[in-house]
Amino acid sequence: MRSDASRAARQRSRITTVTLYVLLIAVSVPFLYPTLWMFFSSFKPANEIFMQPPALLPREWTLDGFVQVFTAQPFVQQYGNSMYIAIVVTAASILLSAMAGYAFARIRFPLRSAAFTLLLAAMMVPTEVTIIPIFTAVNALGLNDTHWPLIILPIFGPTAVVSVFIFRQHFLSFPKEYEEAARLDGVSRVGIFFRIALPLATPAIAAVGIMAFLRSFNMYFEALIFLRTPEKFTLGLAITRYQDFYGEQMWNTQLGAASLTVVPILVVFLIAQKQFVQGLAQTGLKG
Amino acid sequence: MGVVPFLFVIWYSFNEWRPLTGEMEFIGLDNYTRLAGDPTFSASVVASLFFSAGVLVLNLVIAISLAVLLNRRMRGITAFRTIFFSPVVVSVVAWSVTWGFLLAPDGGINGALQLLGIDGPNWLADPSTSLISLVVVQVFKGVGMNMVLFLAALQGVPEEIREAAQLDGASPWRSFWSVTVPMIAPTILLTGILTTIGSLEVFAPVQLLTGGGPGDSTNVLPFFLYRTAFVSQQFGYASAIGVVLFAIILALTMLQWTSRRKWVNDEV
Repeated sequence: MRSDASRAARQRSRITTVTLYVLLIAVSVPFLYPTLWMFFSSFKPANEIFMQPPALLPREWTLDGFVQVFTAQPFVQQYGNSMYIAIVVTAASILLSAMAGYAFARIRFPLRSAAFTLLLAAMMVPTEVTIIPIFTAVNALGLNDTHWPLIILPIFGPTAVVSVFIFRQHFLSFPKEYEEAARLDGVSRVGIFFRIALPLATPAIAAVGIMAFLRSFNMYFEALIFLRTPEKFTLGLAITRYQDFYGEQMWNTQLGAASLTVVPILVVFLIAQKQFVQGLAQTGLKG
Repeated sequence: MGVVPFLFVIWYSFNEWRPLTGEMEFIGLDNYTRLAGDPTFSASVVASLFFSAGVLVLNLVIAISLAVLLNRRMRGITAFRTIFFSPVVVSVVAWSVTWGFLLAPDGGINGALQLLGIDGPNWLADPSTSLISLVVVQVFKGVGMNMVLFLAALQGVPEEIREAAQLDGASPWRSFWSVTVPMIAPTILLTGILTTIGSLEVFAPVQLLTGGGPGDSTNVLPFFLYRTAFVSQQFGYASAIGVVLFAIILALTMLQWTSRRKWVNDEV
């Protein structure tokens, strides 16, 4: 009797497990299929993209799409643009938001809490709203169709607020004793920040760095507003501009450019996914 | 940092300003009275609010459900977490362009429906499906982020409390609502606010997939603002749209923040 009951229970739990796997696999489809379809369709000839019935894998494999990615636009240069802009933005965001976050966590200055509230309020102002005065200022400075606005805006814009917030939360939970010991040894405030607080802030640096890089590398709106010359385009803008001489969309080429943009980032994500996910979840927006 | 330019936006919104001719003239509240009588604007507010409500509800329901499903020790759980999170790192342009192909009249989704004998609609060009299509594209792109935040919150819910509830005869459904939800309420509040703000700022999927159409069915406020400023070159009028958009974001954020006393126990 007893063993029957436990066998029944075990069987029930096995059924639950199987149901769960089936459910999870079904739910995975809308998350995974678009990326897989994008990747494999860039190996299809253009006339296969809308062929019925739909297929994930190409019937005929070809690299034509990928070849045209590089001949129709200066794609290598555009890739370089996105890469160097994202690296500069990431480095500058980490440094500046760490300093600001440290100041909000550790240094008493007049109107500190008012300044912090104002900072959080800035998060509610969409980029699309402030783009008009910024566009005017960029024009007045003669910086239209340059990379300057794409570098400066993310470093100081609303997205930087989250970074400052993450660093503030990190430094608030960082034990003061380390710093006090160093201060007794005569290390200055700046020295404490660079030699003690910042090197020990790795989780916050990882979270802010990953977010800043992704934001910049995947940026679209600012590039659309400010860039005119194909040689200066970033990847997001470049993907939207694949047309042949007759204005027809080059479907497989466009998907090829999209794949070349997305796949390297996905590979890095797969390798470092633990740091990605945990970094964002833990230091991320929990506090 | 966002604040100073916004003060300029408020000032511009009281002006008639066409950058092509360079004329700028103070007209007081005229831009706002013009907005009140502009049918495109009211359609735009409706589109934004529906889009935002759709994204908020779907995103939180899916994020919490996925987090609950994944919050257990089981082979392959990490792989599923990775799959659900992966669209977060994908470029929004690549994601939107790909969905554009899949949602096309003869694209993958209708092709799959055809195999089941169903004639799918022209998702992006039919006013009854265009907005919900955009909601779906936006939700699958971003829900992984919220899922991860909920997973972290669920790991803070002690197993003993749930077991105690079960011993007292509470069904899993009941213990979810009476034990789990109250304990992750601070995370619901936070993700709710951030998701609302994010959905009211949507731009790239709209521009790439529907261009605000058909009609004004997907002409959300950021896109309407962009077209007013950079296509029809009316900076003053566009600034007034911007001020209204900010007011809506502020109002919805304050609403959620002040409502927290009713349903969030600990302070965030």
